[in-house]
Amino acid sequence: MTGTQPVGPKSPNVPGSGDVVEVLRAGILTTVQDLGRPGWAHLGVPRSGALDPGALRLANRLVGNPESTAGLEITLTGCELRFHRATTVAITGADAPVQVGARPGDVGRPLAVPAGAAVRVGPSRTGLRSWLAVAGGIAVEPVLGSRATDTLSGLGPPPLHDGDRLPVGAPAGPPAPVDATATVPAPDEVRLALRLGPRADWFTPPALDLLFSTAYTLTPVSNRVGARLSGAPLPRAVSGELPSEGLVLGAVQVPADGQPLVFLADHPTTGGYPVVGVVVDVTPLAQARPGTTVRFYGPQRGSR
Amino acid sequence: MRIRPVGAHALLLDCSDADQVEAWRAELWRRREEGHLDAVEIIPAARTVLLDGLADPAHTAALLGTWNPPPGTAGTGTAATSTSTVGAGTAGTSTGRGSAGAVEVPVRYDGADLPMVAGYWEVAVPTVVRRLIGTEFRVAFCGFAPGFAYLTGLPAGLAVPRLPTPRPRVPAGSVALAGPYAGIYPTASPGGWLLVGHTDLPLFDVHTDPPARLTPGTRVRLVPA
Repeated sequence: MTGTQPVGPKSPNVPGSGDVVEVLRAGILTTVQDLGRPGWAHLGVPRSGALDPGALRLANRLVGNPESTAGLEITLTGCELRFHRATTVAITGADAPVQVGARPGDVGRPLAVPAGAAVRVGPSRTGLRSWLAVAGGIAVEPVLGSRATDTLSGLGPPPLHDGDRLPVGAPAGPPAPVDATATVPAPDEVRLALRLGPRADWFTPPALDLLFSTAYTLTPVSNRVGARLSGAPLPRAVSGELPSEGLVLGAVQVPADGQPLVFLADHPTTGGYPVVGVVVDVTPLAQARPGTTVRFYGPQRGSR
Repeated sequence: MRIRPVGAHALLLDCSDADQVEAWRAELWRRREEGHLDAVEIIPAARTVLLDGLADPAHTAALLGTWNPPPGTAGTGTAATSTSTVGAGTAGTSTGRGSAGAVEVPVRYDGADLPMVAGYWEVAVPTVVRRLIGTEFRVAFCGFAPGFAYLTGLPAGLAVPRLPTPRPRVPAGSVALAGPYAGIYPTASPGGWLLVGHTDLPLFDVHTDPPARLTPGTRVRLVPA
């Protein structure tokens, strides 16, 4: 399903006059993300964008950027970057050790970076993903209005590799005058509000009871496309195939094996398995590590 | 048509058939152009149209009920809400007057699975090719990959199963059949559709507007290259 040929620029152009960030260590998965490319789903183009848009918006505000500016989404093992000019960065999301040059820094604060200094985001202590904003933003060529890496379709820039050099835009404004922001704790258990439908009637009433009473476990095959859960399989009331239909962010799709999958930002635009319900806010899943317990709750049992 | 709620910001229009889907799609796109609909996404699919990014889905659902006569009602359609006779596969039925237009795709009919299709259809390979050339297709919807169009137009009796084991890599431009649909792979990808030919026509280019050559509602002919 994943496109093998990224349609976006393979090696982003670096404008001669612009600033540059050099990737010293990319980590297991660091991607460029903004608020995604909504509006193209009818052509099969996924939304993509930061898995926790609020965290990226905050990082951007901290460095004086418009909230929709592209930054980096960093996964678990961290990454290390060198900024060629003096700038300001901010890191939000997971609780991770941060260093600017030899000095320790903090998550959730604007950090002054001297010219040539390395910024190191270490492995996260709790949580899974961090967002790094730099004054001026990551200025790779936009694709269909967005600089986001779409891991499903291959649109946008490829994930970062060691040695990459990415262009940085011109700063838009001064960093925010802030001392600290609250970091969101990453709990061992995530509780997600779920609205039933559109295909809850494809499942038996006991299946819906199971859905709301099972402690599911987030599996290691989860990624930016979806959070795959394991637990009590959900029996179907209707057998047979569902003709492909459009999908939304947070759709809980139940494939033939009965194990639910919660779609995240890089989800396909259409799918052929029934969607039993939709998670109202998927952002807690952005920080959920494999093994995390996931429970669904819903106030509107029985209504559809 | 039945309206199903989807989460907090979306509605799914459950339609009776592909023609009703296309009629609603065209109507909803027109209403959005005119500023009467705030959906961020209008996504047609096999039997449904999804409206996503709605500020107030309940309000939109009420609105949909007042858009009367509902598109797709035979004989009462006005202007662009055509209810074209897709499915008949008859040459020359160019009744689809939606804004999507028509595209001729030059196809070299050299697909590895032509004999398999001929077997399913119980005809000879040249007859398979003749039928494909003679069919007026329409883009029912896009999905699977950016620019991948599901083309309807073949008679229901000619539906074919997918390969039991998908190929790890299907080349870009491959023209293929699965279920009731024809499709063309815009980029190389794994795939289980039956290959009947290939085209050199670029189908997805982010530097063109729209980026997909085959958008929902477009009439398509798979002409010999």
